[in-house]
Amino acid sequence: MPDFLLAYQSLFAFIGINGLLALSVYCTLCCGQLSLANAGFMAIGAYAGAILTQNFHAPFGLAILAGTILPAVFAVPLGLPVLRLRGVFLAIATIGFGEVVRLAFVNWDYTNGALGLVAIPQKTGLWTIWLALAFALYVLGRIRGSRPGYALEAIREDEPAARTMGIATTRYKVSMFALGAALAGLAGVLEAHLTFMVAPNGYGFSRAVDMLVYAVVGGTTAFYGPVIGAAFLTLLPELLRGGGQALGLAPGPLRLFLNGAILLAVILFVPNGLASLPAAMQIFRPRRPPRSAALR
Amino acid sequence: MPLSVEKVERAFGGVRALDGVTFTVGEGEVHGLIGPNGAGKTTLLNVVSGLLRPSGGTIRLGEHRIDGRPAHQIAARGIARTFQNIRLFAGLSAAGNVIVGEHLVRKAPLWRRMLLLPAARAEEKAALDAALLVLARVGLRERAFDTASALSYGEQRRVEIARALARSPRVLLLDEPTAGMNAAEVAAVEKLIREVAAEGRSVLLVEHNVRLVMEVSDRITVLNFGKVIADGEPEEVARDPAVIAAYLGADT
Repeated sequence: MPDFLLAYQSLFAFIGINGLLALSVYCTLCCGQLSLANAGFMAIGAYAGAILTQNFHAPFGLAILAGTILPAVFAVPLGLPVLRLRGVFLAIATIGFGEVVRLAFVNWDYTNGALGLVAIPQKTGLWTIWLALAFALYVLGRIRGSRPGYALEAIREDEPAARTMGIATTRYKVSMFALGAALAGLAGVLEAHLTFMVAPNGYGFSRAVDMLVYAVVGGTTAFYGPVIGAAFLTLLPELLRGGGQALGLAPGPLRLFLNGAILLAVILFVPNGLASLPAAMQIFRPRRPPRSAALR
Repeated sequence: MPLSVEKVERAFGGVRALDGVTFTVGEGEVHGLIGPNGAGKTTLLNVVSGLLRPSGGTIRLGEHRIDGRPAHQIAARGIARTFQNIRLFAGLSAAGNVIVGEHLVRKAPLWRRMLLLPAARAEEKAALDAALLVLARVGLRERAFDTASALSYGEQRRVEIARALARSPRVLLLDEPTAGMNAAEVAAVEKLIREVAAEGRSVLLVEHNVRLVMEVSDRITVLNFGKVIADGEPEEVARDPAVIAAYLGADT
């Protein structure tokens, strides 16, 4: 492995994991639903996987499978009632779910309560993460332009009108909610077996907001936008570390400050996210209008 | 397939927007629904298409009861509609909107697309070709790949009609399809309505352009304050004193 890759291995790993998390938020955003439940689903996936490998010595593949499927199983009965809520009400209900999951793990003795599980076998390799990310991107990319893909875009644009087209909107919304839960759970298992530990406080409100910020900064009009946002926001604090130290800022607060500042800047200046920048700057378009247009 | 509306009621708080509305739209019939603003015409279309639940009464398509069913199931029974305040999927192209309209008739399993099977490509091409044909029918073949929000007002209305026609509905509900259109566009819509009815589809037409309604309708129902005040052939309705009073505000 080249030295460069070795030195920044964990950084690349976290870009991949955060990319998966951003895609999990995209799943609900792409049909117009603002859900903040995915930190909770990530916790369920992480704990399920870690319990399997640590306590039952299950193979890692099985842990990945369980950590991906279990959150989706939880998501269906949760999604059916809460997806009736709209906008900010859905956000509040899903924040509530995230807190319930976090507190459940804090009070569960089997998983050491607030201390969480430690010394989880390290099984996640960089390639596992990037393969998972590539798979998620492929699935979401193929959904676009398909029959369900058009249905999702219709739901995002105008849900009642979509229903009059014969689109079973609840089924689509719950499916995407479950797919998002699965991706968050997958990211959770992979992260647990990368950092050797899971603790309830790693899956709180700020985690849920982080994922949302990745997706919004990257942009949700293109399916790969959230990954760009995750990569950008994961890399940036590292790139600016030197500058922060020179100013006497601790890395933690600096990251929070930067996330906030970048989110503001993106919402103000690039509302469709970083992924829309090339088009907005007309990099791929002719700079001059074609001759026929100039005649008008 | 006839659409029959029977004693349909809908209240918003204390306001009875629909108060025992009864009429039948026969197969292949163009049925005009007119009345002053606030008479309950759009509420009726919302109830028939399932966006609102009726507070009472029954609605049948053929022998199937559809009142109170979810909107997507009503759509699957063969009812399609347009909206008074245009509700296109603004981010999609005109063709994309029509492809969404094909949702119920399009067979394209996602797994085939995931596995990159050639059949999936063929299905997508078929969907696009069908959409382009419907767009050609409303005279918008050239604008197919323009974003819906970039189209003119009249063009957007025509895309809405195309989107509703895309799945060959049995009943077409049109909510003021010619509002904001110029004379040539109105004539084109009039011709289209006649063609659609000639194919055996029923059309329920809410329209403020009285000349158009009188010309194109086989029957007309007049609503006022949620009640049917007249129902019959255009000439009958036009002579009805209650209708004249409702429109002109004369003493009765």
